Amino acid sequence: MSAFQGTRMNPSKFHKSQLKFLAFLIPLAIFMALPIVYIFFHAFKPIDELFAYPPRFFVDNPTLQNFVDLFTKTNDTGVPMSRFLFNSVVVTLIVVVLTVIISTMAGYALSKKNFKMKKAIFEINTLALMFVPAAVMIPRYLLIDELGLINTFLVHILPLLAMPIGLFLVKQFIDQIPDELLEAARLDGASDFQIFVRIIIPLVKPAIATIAILSFQLVWNSVESSSLYVNDEGLKTFSFYMSTLTSTVAGNNVAGQGLAAAASLIMFVPNLIIFIILQSQVMNTMAHSGIK
Amino acid sequence: MKTKTNKRDYSPWLFLAPYIIFFTTFIIIPVAAAILLSFTYFNAIETPTFIGLSNYVGLITQDEVFMQKILPNTLTFALIVGPGGYILSFILAWALAQVPKRMRTVLALVIYSPSMTAGVAMAVVWTIIFSGDETGYLNSLLLTMGVLLEPIQWLQSPEYLMKIMIFVTLWGSMGVGFLAMLSGVLNINTEIYEAGYIDGINNRFQEIIYITIPSMKPQMLFGAVMAVVGTFQAGAIGVALSGANPTPQYAGQLMVNHLEDYGFIRYEMGYAAAISVVLLIVVYLFSKVAWRLFGEKD
Repeated sequence: MSAFQGTRMNPSKFHKSQLKFLAFLIPLAIFMALPIVYIFFHAFKPIDELFAYPPRFFVDNPTLQNFVDLFTKTNDTGVPMSRFLFNSVVVTLIVVVLTVIISTMAGYALSKKNFKMKKAIFEINTLALMFVPAAVMIPRYLLIDELGLINTFLVHILPLLAMPIGLFLVKQFIDQIPDELLEAARLDGASDFQIFVRIIIPLVKPAIATIAILSFQLVWNSVESSSLYVNDEGLKTFSFYMSTLTSTVAGNNVAGQGLAAAASLIMFVPNLIIFIILQSQVMNTMAHSGIK
Repeated sequence: MKTKTNKRDYSPWLFLAPYIIFFTTFIIIPVAAAILLSFTYFNAIETPTFIGLSNYVGLITQDEVFMQKILPNTLTFALIVGPGGYILSFILAWALAQVPKRMRTVLALVIYSPSMTAGVAMAVVWTIIFSGDETGYLNSLLLTMGVLLEPIQWLQSPEYLMKIMIFVTLWGSMGVGFLAMLSGVLNINTEIYEAGYIDGINNRFQEIIYITIPSMKPQMLFGAVMAVVGTFQAGAIGVALSGANPTPQYAGQLMVNHLEDYGFIRYEMGYAAAISVVLLIVVYLFSKVAWRLFGEKD
């Protein structure tokens, strides 16, 4: 035995030797959480505390006034806030469901089927992990214009459906399912579609949860489609509305701060809740995330 | 054995079709179109006219802003945020793997949470914290401590904007790559460590270099690709923070902003497309480095 005991990964209980990690992790985590905690407090501050000098981190007399203001506010063109929120919820639901279905189907084909170009398609997809949508916003705009999608509801949805990282993760996950299992089902007379629905989908739930989270984050936070492709105010999304509140805050104008903080909270909380519920599934998927 | 091997099997394509349709339409075609448009003059009204490499030549020789501000800004930003966020992700993942599960889950959640709403949604917090008058949190804090005598216009100042952008982006960079690396560290077989100790590894540094990293190369590569992409996607942050495109004296101007400036403000689509192509090549080259370091083939 060497004298060096080395690292104890994934320890089952607390030990003094872990203190050195915690001494570094806990302050850092607190520091990272501060801006988020701050949003929580800020969103509940009454007007006099928002403008208090010197500014205070904590809230003394929490109020829901900012949320009330936010929900009763309409933007310059008379579109109520609730309309933006409704648009966002609908778009998000549709995108998440469709992305999961499309990626899982493609992942099944790429993992368990044999056909020409299978490797090539997967490699192109791996290359596309590096794709930065912002880089091609101009040709994308021209294409979307050409397809007649400008000022439609679909423009929020269609461009986000192919998610290379989603396909990548689910394909890696399906690779873990033994071929024998599918072969046995086939011998029992199961059709391809039945195999997909009855075997693949239940077994890749963690990957599905992960794709759902990632696509949720993408679509829920996206402002691109509203700012570039939609002029009709009634079709814009909540994230876009929220970004317009932010831009009035930039500079030294503090008037919109309470509204903006309440809106950021509404933006942030769903992300957090969904992630907390699904985090163990995500970690399970990430175990197979490596690029080989 | 199998009877259907002779028959042509179209089923893979049925399952792949929806993905391929959207992938081609919104990823492949735009990239191809960017490449084609980059060789043209196109103002979005007249039909594009072919002008060869002029856009690229112009970008390198004529566009002073690009050479003096955008490129150095983008490289500074990318070289600090990319490797910085990546190394930080790894160190955090490695440290987290060594604390008990419940504590780890909570800490990982907190560290991951800024990346959930990365970018514009969180710009609101930062604009308030870095607000230019004395009600801004940072100004107020520094004034009370006596470090400053008068408030600083953090977000409008060419001197500070870039630093703040780097800071804010690093704050939000513990994303999917971080989670992948965390599960990578956790899934290394403990026997590999034991074998390493017998072979004479006697400190943590050696352990990380010779055992931990080589045993989780695929996750390291995935994390690296995510770091590169995240870095270049974060382009909007400067404009979001300062509230203007171009950013004050181009201090926080990155390639993505320059692209937007030419494409949607000046309507020089051909030129903007050339910037797109350069950007895609830069992203690809950065990822290539990661591939060299951690890829198992190539």
